[in-house]
Amino acid sequence: MNRDSNVYTVLYAAVLVVIVAAALAVAAGALKAPQEKNKEVEKKMNILTSVDKIHDVSKADDKNTYIENEYKKYIVEAFLVDANGKRVEGDAFNMDLKAELKKPERERLLPVFVCNDKGNKQYIIPVRGAGLWGAIWGYVALNDDFSTVYGAVFDHAGETPGLGAEIALPEFQKQFSGKKIYRDGKFASVEVLKNGSAPLNDYNVDGITGGTITSKAVGKMIFDCLSNYTKFFDLQKQNN
Amino acid sequence: MSEKESLFSEKNIKLFTDPFNNGNPITVLVLGICSALAVTVKLQPAIVMGLSVTIVTGFASFIISLLRNTIPNRIRIIVQLVVVAALVILVDQILKAYVYDVSKQLSVFVGLIITNCIIMGRIEAFALGNKPLPSLIDGLGNGAAYGMILVIVAFCRELLGSGTLFGIRIVPESFYVKAGGFYENNGMMVLPPAALIILGVIIWVHRSVNKKLIEK
Repeated sequence: MNRDSNVYTVLYAAVLVVIVAAALAVAAGALKAPQEKNKEVEKKMNILTSVDKIHDVSKADDKNTYIENEYKKYIVEAFLVDANGKRVEGDAFNMDLKAELKKPERERLLPVFVCNDKGNKQYIIPVRGAGLWGAIWGYVALNDDFSTVYGAVFDHAGETPGLGAEIALPEFQKQFSGKKIYRDGKFASVEVLKNGSAPLNDYNVDGITGGTITSKAVGKMIFDCLSNYTKFFDLQKQNN
Repeated sequence: MSEKESLFSEKNIKLFTDPFNNGNPITVLVLGICSALAVTVKLQPAIVMGLSVTIVTGFASFIISLLRNTIPNRIRIIVQLVVVAALVILVDQILKAYVYDVSKQLSVFVGLIITNCIIMGRIEAFALGNKPLPSLIDGLGNGAAYGMILVIVAFCRELLGSGTLFGIRIVPESFYVKAGGFYENNGMMVLPPAALIILGVIIWVHRSVNKKLIEK
């Protein structure tokens, strides 16, 4: 057959595309399960890191099993909170936070994870916002007084390596533990300062040198996300 | 063809080794620079990137060479792109399934292997006119040579920029100014321009060792 004819060219392209599409569909289907598992384990690991429960992950023979077990051990409850601060049952783990945050405030259902370590309870709240180049997200764990931060963990899609990307490092995240999110009885969140611009106190942390925009974005993210939960915090404090 | 050529014939070995020296895709042909800047902050992603590109160039050249007598000339480039893109998507999916941490670090750059000029360059220059086996060897050689340069650049950048290699601390904590020492990481090393400068130095060294490469 003439290789330069139109019919041959069109047929060739059509057959090639069908073969390639079929091969890719099969591959995607076959690899889907381990990919989903990776995402789930990563999320569980982040939740556990925010309450400082991941220590031996590098020593574990199988990372996935280790994290699954620790998660089962410590995370005793997960539920949703509506706009009035009332608890709603639902699948908190698979809740799409990005979609919820786009809804009007009244309609949001937001997840809370409860960690229980020998009677010490922490409430873990997922946060999500926009960094300099893309999305940033994380988990903030509060003590059961609902005003002191127990720990925090952050991650990002593509902040500048060595600068903004350092929000994902423990050195930055450690600063949050012990900080207060209520100041004189009012919700104030934890402020992230431009590195060294003001003395540190119970209500702020130092940002990253050269990563000021990302650092500030972390502060804004925590404020925006936690403020959705203030009614829940108030109700819980009354119950305590 | 009268006699079957051995896999390790002189010609085939030369196909594999030439890219490491006289025909290096990065330092001589100056192809594939963009990803060399992006993924060389740390050693581990650089190695994974090098391996991924090696696999893609090898198999893309192999497949195109198998098809070379059937490909309609007018849509030649499109056919090449489809094959390369399919391979890249496969690599990306496999990384996501089995080395999730690394695939997160490489993020978009795995997808951008498609745009790596080395792959299309080898297909156009070699695979379209040669048999599948030599094409495979040529592709693997070029990919590996690309990977080698990435590793050299990443070695310098990780050591000078973060004081670590493969994430393991090399410069002791106590040397740092923060801990009362005298040392400070070079902040520029973690930014893309540092890769360009290191690449420039590598090209310089390469040319002063191999005088054949100097243009008259």
